[in-house]
Order: sequence, then C-alpha cells, then structure tokens
Amino acid sequence: MSNFDFEIIGRSLGYLFFEGMRFTLTLTFLAAIGGVILGTGLAIIRLSGGRVLSAVAAGYVNLVRALPLVLVIFWFYFLVPYLGQWLTGSSRPIHVGGFASALITFIVFEAAYFSEIMRAGIASIPRGQAAAGLALGLTPLQSMRYVILPQVFRIMLPVLLTQTIVLFQDTSLVYVLSITDFLGAASKIAQRDGRLVEMYSFAALVYFVVSFAASRGVQRLRARIAVPR
Amino acid sequence: MHRHQGRAVGYNWNWGIFWEQSPEGNGTYLDMLVQGLGTTLLTAALAWIIALVVGSAVGVLRTLPGRTAPLVASAWIELFRNMPLLVQLFLWYFVFPDLLPAPWAIWLKQLPNASFVTAVIGIGFFMSARVAVQVSSGIEALPLGQRAAATALGLTPAQTYRYVLLPMAFRIILPPLTSELLNTIKNTSVALTIGLAELTARARAVQEFSFQVFEAFTAATLAYLAINLIATLAARWLESRVTVPGYGKA
Repeated sequence: MSNFDFEIIGRSLGYLFFEGMRFTLTLTFLAAIGGVILGTGLAIIRLSGGRVLSAVAAGYVNLVRALPLVLVIFWFYFLVPYLGQWLTGSSRPIHVGGFASALITFIVFEAAYFSEIMRAGIASIPRGQAAAGLALGLTPLQSMRYVILPQVFRIMLPVLLTQTIVLFQDTSLVYVLSITDFLGAASKIAQRDGRLVEMYSFAALVYFVVSFAASRGVQRLRARIAVPR
Repeated sequence: MHRHQGRAVGYNWNWGIFWEQSPEGNGTYLDMLVQGLGTTLLTAALAWIIALVVGSAVGVLRTLPGRTAPLVASAWIELFRNMPLLVQLFLWYFVFPDLLPAPWAIWLKQLPNASFVTAVIGIGFFMSARVAVQVSSGIEALPLGQRAAATALGLTPAQTYRYVLLPMAFRIILPPLTSELLNTIKNTSVALTIGLAELTARARAVQEFSFQVFEAFTAATLAYLAINLIATLAARWLESRVTVPGYGKA
C-alpha cells in the first residue's frame, strides 16, 4: 500500500478514457436506445397483441430475466455468427466483431427489463385515454403513438434512466469477452504493469463517481418533471 | 449467385455429450455441470445470508431517529450500489488484501478457496445495499401509529423493531426480497471472473473441452430456469404461510 503509484494512472488516462470509456459510453447509449425501442415494442405486444403473440413476448421477457447476464453474453457471442450465417445464407458462420456482439446482447437483454418498465407505465395511464383516442378516429396504434406513449415516457423517464445507470455498470461484464471497455482497459494496464491495486481502485472510483452523479441527477429530474395529478 | 460449395458449414449437434467422460478425469460432462450448480447454490445461499443480516441492520439504521445512523446507512447503500459487481469483486480479490498487514495478506491470498470466500463476501455486501433499501422502505410503509403504539406500551426501541416493526415490514417486502434472492443467484455467475467454478463457468468449460457450446449453454439455461421456478414457488408458499389475516393486500 505504501508504494501506491499515482503516476501509472496519470500516464494511462488517455487510453482509459479515449479507448475504454468511449467504448463503455457508446455501448451504454446505443444499448439503452435499442433496448427502450425493442422493450416498448414488447410491452405493446404483451398488452395489446393477440393471445399467441403476447404469450411469446411474455415468455421472452421472463426467460431473459431469469438468466444471468454473463450467460447471455456467452450465448450471443457464440450464437450471433450462426444467426448471421442463417440470415445472410452464407456457407459458414460469419465473423462478428466484439462491439457488434456486445451491442446485440445488451439490446436484447435490456429490452426485457425496459419492457417491464414500459408495461407498468402504459398500465398506469387511465383506460379512458385510449378510448378517447379511438373515439377521435385514431387507429389503436396512432392512439398508442400520439396519446399514450408520450405520457408514459414522461412518467417513466426517471425509471428508464435509473435502469440505464444499471446498464452502464453492467457493460463492465463484457470483460469476459476480453473487450477493451473501461474496465477492460484498466485491467489490461493492470496486468501489463503489475499494478492491479492502482488500476482497479481507480476504475472503481470512476464508476462510483459517474453512477453516483448520474443517480443524483435522476433524483433531481424526478422532482422536476413529476406530472401533477 | 454463388455455385454449390458442397455442404454448408454448420453446427454439429451432439446431445449425448453430457454422458461422455470429461477430460478432467473425474466424471462425465454432466457431473461437471452438476458440480457447478452446487457451487452456484452454495455461494448464493451464503451470500444471501450476509445480504439479509447486513442489509436488515443497515435498513434499520436508515430509519432510526437522529442524523448519524441514517447518514451511515445511506453512505453504505450508495457505496455498494454505485460500483459494478465485477469491479467490487476485483476490489475484494486484488486490492483488499494489500490494504492489510503483510502476514494477513499472505494468509488471505493463500486460502485454497479464495475465490469462493471472495464471491460470498463480495456478492453478500453488494446485495446488502439492495436489501437495506427494501427493509427501510418496508419499515417506512408502516403507519406511524405502530411505532407510537409500541412506545406507549412501554417497549424499548429495540423491542419495537423486534416485535412490532420488523415482523410487519418483512411481510410487506417479501415479493421484492424474492427477486433480490433471484438476483443473488444470478449474480454468482459474475464470480467466474475471479475463478469460481460455478454453473456458467462450468458450462464454459464444457464448451472449451468439447466444442458443444449450445448443448452446454442450453443445459445451464434450463438449470437457471428451474432454480427460478423453484424459488418463485417457494416464495409464494412462504407468502401465503405468513400472511397476517385481514392486513395489507392492497
């Protein structure tokens, strides 16, 4: 402990943030957007799709939520090349990069969690609103798109953002694929220079500061945008 | 348009793999997975005990009168909630021993099952923050009159928690606690990064030895689904057992 080397952190800041943190934030951002879109679709199917479709959506959501993320990451890492082969009709499994594989995994995984949030949100809107939309001559989808969803996003924004902070922390698990996200970058330097204490302490500090500041921000937002009822 | 290139290179399924001997030489591939499942359940059970004990204590602290206790509780919760579990495990495994006096550090690092101990403590503390949030919100959900009534009966604060507040609070938070238990089980898989041979790690090992990746992962997936189902049913049974007649059930 007496020889804690601050210099190694200073020297690797560029690599840690421009390589590692950039990957982490890009993955978080894209996976959150993809996850919310797919999750909203799943929620709508579950609430208003036919019997079979909503059972399929519910089964999917429950399946994914029962599995550890690490296992899902491995599943997709090995499955995506074969899916690509099947989709493109290629004669052998296609090569998929680490980023694409991780992004697909996180969208598919987080969609299950976002879908539960959106489902709760849609269910919280009084039924009369959908009926009023229909009475105005909107189709069910238009009523969802222009009447229900705008309110759901407003009510659920803090919860969606909190889930995104969880997602930000979860992206560290791409470590198991040896991808250079923020933790992966810290870990590579830690192992190269034998400075595990310094690099892992610093990584922990950065994750803490980002997550703590973000959740404080969400708390403030929650107070500001609360819909008066 | 491409011409025929013979058979497409696809995946060769072999569901019989589980009954073949593993190269580790002490059983079949199925035995490997069963051992992994055992490690997952044991790690999760011990971590859950830590999470419940520590989380309940911190949750109670958060609801005590005064400033210091709630502040300490909030600091605990924020600390363990705002770092990824993987990073926390690395802190316990790689950093924590270096903060100790040298002889202790050496003893710790030479523990034969260091990754198991680290996983139990790391996951237990990580989950304790989540349990604490549930416990304190369960206590806060109780009508204020309950605390007042207990005081009026002459109970000490400790007795008030033990006999009045906590028994009701735990009943209220049973459903969210169930999902935290399930999270604890799922989170044990993160400990494969520090070398714990739990279920996901053993499925990976089967894949590496045999190349039958999808069979191995399917088996692990089914095992996690079974655990989930059993835990959910057990929780439902417990909920119906401990319901206080005529109370709650909004």
